Amino acid sequence: MTPPENKNLVDENKELIQEVLKAYPEKSRKKREKHLNVHEENKSDCGVKSNIKSVPGVMTARGCAYAGSKGVVWGPIKDMIHISHGPVGCGYWSWSGRRNYYVGVTGINSFGTMHFTSDFQERDIVFGGDKKLTKLIEELDVLFPLNRGVSIQSECPIGLIGDDIEAVAKKTSKQIGKPVVPLRCEGFRGVSQSLGHHIANDAIRDWIFPEYDKLKKENRLDFEPSPYDVALIGDYNIGGDAWASRMLLEEMGLRVVAQWSGDGTLNELIQGPAAKLVLIHCYRSMNYICRSLEEQYGMPWMEFNFFGPTKIAASLREIAAKFDSKIQENAEKVIAKYTPVMNAVLDKYRPRLEGNTVMLYVGGLRPRHVVPAFEDLGIKVVGTGYEFAHNDDYKRTTHYIDNATIIYDDVTAYEFEEFVKAKKPDLIASGIKEKYVFQKMGLPFRQMHSWDYSGPYHGYDGFAIFARDMDLALNSPTWSLIGAPWKKAAAKAKAAA
Amino acid sequence: MPQNPERTVDHVDLFKQPEYTELFENKRKNFEGAHPPEEVERVSEWTKSWDYREKNFAREALTVNPAKGCQPVGAMFAALGFEGTLPFVQGSQGCVAYFRTHLSRHYKEPCSAVSSSMTEDAAVFGGLNNMIEGMQVSYQLYKPKMIAVCTTCMAEVIGDDLGAFITNSKNAGSIPQDFPVPFAHTPSFVGSHITGYDNMMKGILSNLTEGKKKATSNGKINFIPGFDTYVGNNRELKRMMGVMGVDYTILSDSSDYFDSPNMGEYEMYPGGTKLEDAADSINAKATVALQAYTTPKTREYIKTQWKQETQVLRPFGVKGTDEFLTAVSELTGKAIPEELEIERGRLVDAITDSYAWIHGKKFAIYGDPDLIISITSFLLEMGAEPVHILCNNGDDTFKKEMEAILAASPFGKEAKVWIQKDLWHFRSLLFTEPVDFFIGNSYGKYLWRDTSIPMVRIGYPLFDRHHLHRYSTLGYQGGLNILNWVVNTLLDEMDRSTNITGKTDISFDLIR
Repeated sequence: MTPPENKNLVDENKELIQEVLKAYPEKSRKKREKHLNVHEENKSDCGVKSNIKSVPGVMTARGCAYAGSKGVVWGPIKDMIHISHGPVGCGYWSWSGRRNYYVGVTGINSFGTMHFTSDFQERDIVFGGDKKLTKLIEELDVLFPLNRGVSIQSECPIGLIGDDIEAVAKKTSKQIGKPVVPLRCEGFRGVSQSLGHHIANDAIRDWIFPEYDKLKKENRLDFEPSPYDVALIGDYNIGGDAWASRMLLEEMGLRVVAQWSGDGTLNELIQGPAAKLVLIHCYRSMNYICRSLEEQYGMPWMEFNFFGPTKIAASLREIAAKFDSKIQENAEKVIAKYTPVMNAVLDKYRPRLEGNTVMLYVGGLRPRHVVPAFEDLGIKVVGTGYEFAHNDDYKRTTHYIDNATIIYDDVTAYEFEEFVKAKKPDLIASGIKEKYVFQKMGLPFRQMHSWDYSGPYHGYDGFAIFARDMDLALNSPTWSLIGAPWKKAAAKAKAAA
Repeated sequence: MPQNPERTVDHVDLFKQPEYTELFENKRKNFEGAHPPEEVERVSEWTKSWDYREKNFAREALTVNPAKGCQPVGAMFAALGFEGTLPFVQGSQGCVAYFRTHLSRHYKEPCSAVSSSMTEDAAVFGGLNNMIEGMQVSYQLYKPKMIAVCTTCMAEVIGDDLGAFITNSKNAGSIPQDFPVPFAHTPSFVGSHITGYDNMMKGILSNLTEGKKKATSNGKINFIPGFDTYVGNNRELKRMMGVMGVDYTILSDSSDYFDSPNMGEYEMYPGGTKLEDAADSINAKATVALQAYTTPKTREYIKTQWKQETQVLRPFGVKGTDEFLTAVSELTGKAIPEELEIERGRLVDAITDSYAWIHGKKFAIYGDPDLIISITSFLLEMGAEPVHILCNNGDDTFKKEMEAILAASPFGKEAKVWIQKDLWHFRSLLFTEPVDFFIGNSYGKYLWRDTSIPMVRIGYPLFDRHHLHRYSTLGYQGGLNILNWVVNTLLDEMDRSTNITGKTDISFDLIR
């Protein structure tokens, strides 16, 4: 894999990191130093520390526990009402920001693109918000009678003023006869979105599994099991990703009995434990519940990767290997069916994209999972990093990346700009807060959280769109318009002289 | 159909294909535990009724789809209009990620701000250490000329004292003693984003003008635009004042920050009001606020501390701009030049060309209080009839002012002003008493879908249409833009409702 000349590149990139770090005051430099490194082949991890508090004042891209719980894990459950409990802003500024697609009649039986809040006022801070919360849940059950349940997503003040949302949840759940799930996902907890994922996962274990146990015990599960039942977990259906994945699983003869949580329902949350196998895409945000399912119900789980034809085929085979020969044959048929399409996509786009480089900075699974999709197109990843990864993510990253790849954990705006200026990648794939910075530098950019309002990118259908989008970004004629010709001519003349 | 790379389909068309619609139906029927379609239909119809409206308006605790945000975004917006200014938000970091994202999505521009990244330990011990470190790091990394500090609700609930913390940070050597660090406490559980704007504006002006009062006036006029998100507006204001020969300072001018050119290099702090000009604003002849409800504390401060005349003048629509120019002329002694009179004539001419399509049309509007007043006043001038006026962050003062404007117009008699109500209330109003069109920000698109009532996008945020924020809505030129958006939305809609060949296309007229 590693060309010999890359030996020097490792040193060169390490020097770059040291150079960039010089801008920091000493104490902060020592902290940031641990989060930046250069990957060296055959090392078992990326050599960076992670899941540590962001340094104040650095301009981190990270969010908070509320974002991880409400925004990521619970928000997409479409037939429940998720209350942003506290002041109005958290839910308002994030309203409809994540493009978790769903099918449903919004405001009637689905509530995904709505914002429900207790809109805390000063008196609620002083006297507590439990009474308001109780009343609010009564009101919403009248106005939205088809809701299947409620989640209470705590914002910062809740944990600071000592409200007892668990008691309110128990009481109101009895009142409305539906699950009411309290989440202690106040934004100051933990160091990023990540703790919010964990809290959200634990709430499924503590407040939803008992519903399953109860229904099972009373023999009231509305569910005929089959040997091919799987739960699709850690796919939030951004731009329809989960549907493109579900399509392939169904085509190979599996039955997806639960989608957690993109386009998901309370019923799917409850009947998840009845599946035979858990397939998890975003390991970071939902590995906790996989472990709970394993511990409590003995359910096996496996990670997979549906980005790009190489990994999709490998994943389909790995998934099929968990089932009988019928499924294994089906998997081969699915791969065979889509191979000509994928070849046509690669024939069209690879020659247009080959040899380009990209730097990634995203969250969840994408800093590693999309690497093979870029490689399928001949695009090389020269730097990657995670917003809120843990050490297990960096361990899982090593076999995805090449020697000398720059690794940056919780990269700061300053560092990212400096790395880009030095490495001059052809494309940046990151988020909205980064997008316009790099476009001003004249660099093609694709948002890798929202798929830049495109997508899906998962599955075979998704890869065709991914390839199209990377091509339109890299080969857009607009980039060549940047810079007045007379300035360019003057610069050229000066260089010649 | 598998993808064809010659005609790749994305989510817009992919999920209309039969294999996906089957997948959806199979999922719904077998796994979702869904309500029967007829039950969904029944409830859907019920939400359109008067019965539902009454229950909806009886809400006391629940807010659904609000039309307001929280203070720090307004504070950041005010701060970003000053030269070289880095907003520093004391509290949880997730807030800042949301604020930057929201502003970036609206403007399609970079938006820089830092957080002090407070976590559990800060919740217990307070955020002083976070500020001391954060100040030093952001000062060294991002080399601002000013750091403007505001707070998240976390810092407010635990009672962080910004004034003392900033002094401590300076004493600790994080930043030089003479470095400007204005601040504003911006609790999210008080007011809305417009309150944050006011608090930060007052904070910045009081910091920069301290000890700058001179014996004589500099003869300038200060303009405070308020939480006005149209980058074209400050440019239009500058142009008009330039034509008139008025010497002025715009206090917080973010038009270049949120509309910077692409020259191939990223500039972190483009444009903005010069700090020395802001410092000298205390010596101006008068301060004119272009919005009232985003500036009450700032104006009070200017009046009492600077002993300076303040006025609220909204240069929107014909009369609003007339009154603005007349007042500025009186303040400065500068005549209103013919050029502006010609522009006025052009706007009036355009209105007389289009009025027939607007006269008597019933409309609803929601948004920030000053925006509602400006737009509604202009539409009243053209004979449109407001029916529902909803202001989530409006107070009783706003309600009284709005009602007085309505009472003064023969076209305002039918309107009702709703304050402290949200967009789910607005939905009930639209269903029970429909209108010909409504005005709102991008969140209104859900109401457009549900009610099929034509929507004109004016306000903040505008996420789902490109470049609207670049235009002016201010002055006579801005009036042309508003007129264009309103009348052509109505005409587009008329075409849409008369475009079935042989059925409804009798009125599908070429000339309107």
